[in-house]
Amino acid sequence: MSAVEDVATEAPAVEAVPKRAMTLGAGTSLVVLALLFLVPAFAKNFIVFQMTMLLIYGLAVLALNILTGGSGQFSLGQSAFYAIGAYTSAILMEQYNVNYALTLPVAGVICFGAGFLFGQPALRLSGVYLALATFALATAMPQLLKLNFFEKWTGGVQGLVVTKPDAPFGLHLSQDVWLYYFTLVVVVAIYIFSVNLLRSRSGRAFMAIRDNEIAASAMGIDVALYKTLAFGVSAGITGVAGGLGAIAVQFVAPDSYTIQLAISLFLGMVVGGVGWLPGSIVGSAFIIFVPNIAEGISKGLSGAVFGVLLFLVIFLVPHGARQVAVVCQQALGKLRGL
Amino acid sequence: MELFTNQILAGIATGAIYACMALAVVMIYQAIDHLNFAQGEMAMFSTFISWQLMQWGVPYWAAFVLTLALSFAAGIAIERLLFKPLAKAPILTNVAGFIALYAIINSFAGLIWDFTIKQYPTPFGSSPFLGSQLISTHQAGMIGITLLLLLMLYFFFQFTRVGLAMRAAASLPESARLVGINTSWMIALGWGMAAAIGSIAGMMIAPVVFLEPNMMLGVLIYGFAAAVLGGLTSPFGAVIGGFLVGIFENLAGTYIPGVGNELKLPIALALIITVLVVKPAGLFGRHIVKRV
Amino acid sequence: MRSGAMLGIAALAALLGTDPDGALAQPTYDPGASATEIRIGNIMPYSGPASAFGVIGKTEAAYFRKINAEGGINGRKITFISYDDAYSPPKAIEQARKLVESDEVLLIFNPLGTPSNTALQKYLNGKKVPQLFVASGATRWNDPKSFPWTMGWQPSYQSEAHIYAHYLLTEKPDATIAVLYQNDDFGKDYVKGLKDGLGAKASMIVAEESYDTSDPTMDDHIARLKASGANVFISITTPKFAAQALKRLAEIDWKPLQFVANVSASVGAVMMPAGFENAQGVLSTAYAKDAADPQWDDDPGMKKFNDFLRNYDPEGNKLDLATVYGYGVAQTLVEVLTQCGDNLTRDNVMKQAQNLRDFAPDTLLPGIRINTSPTDFAPIDQLQMMRFKGQRWERFGDVMTGDVGQ
Repeated sequence: MSAVEDVATEAPAVEAVPKRAMTLGAGTSLVVLALLFLVPAFAKNFIVFQMTMLLIYGLAVLALNILTGGSGQFSLGQSAFYAIGAYTSAILMEQYNVNYALTLPVAGVICFGAGFLFGQPALRLSGVYLALATFALATAMPQLLKLNFFEKWTGGVQGLVVTKPDAPFGLHLSQDVWLYYFTLVVVVAIYIFSVNLLRSRSGRAFMAIRDNEIAASAMGIDVALYKTLAFGVSAGITGVAGGLGAIAVQFVAPDSYTIQLAISLFLGMVVGGVGWLPGSIVGSAFIIFVPNIAEGISKGLSGAVFGVLLFLVIFLVPHGARQVAVVCQQALGKLRGL
Repeated sequence: MELFTNQILAGIATGAIYACMALAVVMIYQAIDHLNFAQGEMAMFSTFISWQLMQWGVPYWAAFVLTLALSFAAGIAIERLLFKPLAKAPILTNVAGFIALYAIINSFAGLIWDFTIKQYPTPFGSSPFLGSQLISTHQAGMIGITLLLLLMLYFFFQFTRVGLAMRAAASLPESARLVGINTSWMIALGWGMAAAIGSIAGMMIAPVVFLEPNMMLGVLIYGFAAAVLGGLTSPFGAVIGGFLVGIFENLAGTYIPGVGNELKLPIALALIITVLVVKPAGLFGRHIVKRV
Repeated sequence: MRSGAMLGIAALAALLGTDPDGALAQPTYDPGASATEIRIGNIMPYSGPASAFGVIGKTEAAYFRKINAEGGINGRKITFISYDDAYSPPKAIEQARKLVESDEVLLIFNPLGTPSNTALQKYLNGKKVPQLFVASGATRWNDPKSFPWTMGWQPSYQSEAHIYAHYLLTEKPDATIAVLYQNDDFGKDYVKGLKDGLGAKASMIVAEESYDTSDPTMDDHIARLKASGANVFISITTPKFAAQALKRLAEIDWKPLQFVANVSASVGAVMMPAGFENAQGVLSTAYAKDAADPQWDDDPGMKKFNDFLRNYDPEGNKLDLATVYGYGVAQTLVEVLTQCGDNLTRDNVMKQAQNLRDFAPDTLLPGIRINTSPTDFAPIDQLQMMRFKGQRWERFGDVMTGDVGQ
């Protein structure tokens, strides 16, 4: 209550991930890619669908990793951008007959713009305040989508049904398999882009801001520009994920994009390892499969079982899957040294 | 004009709910420098415990005090068992822990007491207060209890050794340890007090909104907003923030045409963000200076 | 001996030849059915904001346990597989695909929630899997031409709203109406039904307030509605908010003619917490009996329901309308599957579902029957109005239909 100022020498809220450890080695990456490529050969359509959703949520978690792990900005509002991307795709496909592949860049660009705009007032906020602001955005989005004003385009509370595309050129692939490969290509492309972004000058600027904003600005980094840029890029990628999600699920509705989704994405990031891009897919697997496992253990207490499993994970590996990977790497290193 | 004053009064009445919750939020922020998402669920669970005690025949005030004590103990226990091991972990991991706690408490409450709403008694009665139909005696009582809590917290932090120790541990942990303050136990104490205040909030709110596992959902969001608006370091600000949020929410719904009604929550939050952009530490918060 | 055998074969051939349905022919099965088992899939929100409705799934599971204990359906045991979708459409799609493609169920029974079911409708109709007795009151489940595999069960929200509109037009033509509605498909569908029912007189509605389930109290909404000066208040709310509204109206001393949506007409879950003294004279409609209402204590149907609770679902809450609902809809499914006999194909399941004549589950009000036909996919379309008096509902007037087709 007094006017006395508090002095805080706080540690950065998000800790740095050493640059070399930020991605998987080339060998491991190729193995993972090959596995992902071969999945449809062995799996039923339903598993292929689940894998598609895995990739899509992984993409959204990746976007969050860039924002929080990369530039240190805390966001609980990714579901809003996911929703914008999803609805953009849905509306373009269903009301304007745009080809599904073309809707993705449009969704990405629109969401980039939205993220960039949101980043402006968010500049003055950090930590818990930014969390609240993004939280506000996430809770506002379903309500905005239900507004009568937009009902002509959005379908209001009823939502919009989306048509799933067939494989092109008459390829003998089921819709699910085609969509899986399409998603895989998009995700890999964006992953490579993200890795390069974080290694580039902009990426270094992000990380400087994350580690110590004041020092970064003292060194001449345009903090405002890079912070909003980070928001924009992250939102854009989330928007593409949303568009893919709309096509995979074949349906968009305000209730699909509530704060629960934002919280899930956040949990995915933590479990995967904040700032560790490959961890995004581990985090995504956690948020898709662990609720199913929890439900299998106890239907009445599925929420509690989920909470317990989450606690187990964060007790054992507080730094997420990255910690597991580091341990494995060290073990491998020891083996090689023998 | 009458509608306007009515909305202000009604806003103060609802605002008391938010103020109560906001006090618990500020309390936990003092201890751990972060918001605990499970705060609302802990308050709800405490309220259920008190309800269960009353079902078993315990009279109201005895149940009230017993629940307070149990909540205090439970808060400390949760901190020692679940969050002390995470003390060295990154803050984001701790936030994930809060979310896990939320899921666990909510799920258990649903299983034990199911989802049908239950009536919860009030010691203040429900007749109109001073003849006004907008504020019932219960709501007046709630405002009174909130102000009383506020006073008690003020005295605790300003004039007691323990309160001072807590403030020191929260703002400068290194230095606090050097003068012999056990910062770890200060955090546990903070949790216990926040749980106790939360239980009071729950027991005050339940008569208005009816007791059921999801009752704190909306309240917590508004409580956070109120605490942030008032300044996360100031209990006084939290209470003022609560009333302001309540009033503003009502006015927005009444006077913003068309969408004001459908977008109540986003508008309330947008207001708060606007305030934060202008006054980053909230209306009454202390200004934090960051040193490199 | 040989002639005896020949005679036997001839008789058999004659029988087979003259049997029109081929009922004596080999039993036919689609995935999910066999000589010993019928697999039924279900999707409910067991977690998340709508977890209160998970009770329906639990009740249905208990009911099928009862049927199995009593010998099953035509000798086959029911395997009831129910998954949680947390009221999220993407999750609902995932669970539905799992049920159809991985668990290979015969049909999806009573999936809950309009958004989730809208998402499922296209998929299930494409796969030709029955989406039977959808747990939602939207009118879109009664569209056999476009979605021949989807069928609703409960009376639609719009038909209920039509009945209120009709009542007001005939009994209170000078009414000025204030409406409080939940801002989702349930509330909006209702309001549409109300406006359609009032037709040219839709201007009788002088105030509308929508609320979100995240709103802590109804106080400011009610204050604004009172300020409109309306003399009728229609509360399109789910139980918790209905109780809050009832209580608040009494607190601010506003005494309009009140209607409450049927889903919140529960004595135990709404009227009692809100206070019986605040609920006098409130109007609503019903199609099912309220288990907490003592007037049904001697009713044979409700006696069976209470026995069921005692023996198979001891934790089931009588006060919760969801328990009665689950029982009724499960009983309807058992009737359909029994009618299928040995022909357990998905096609036949839909055929029998379209062929229910005057079927009355134990829990429906006297006079209300389930009827379906190839052009009528709304099994229950009758409701009766009722008025709250003392501590219970008193039905009055005739059983009516709200008559809203596709």
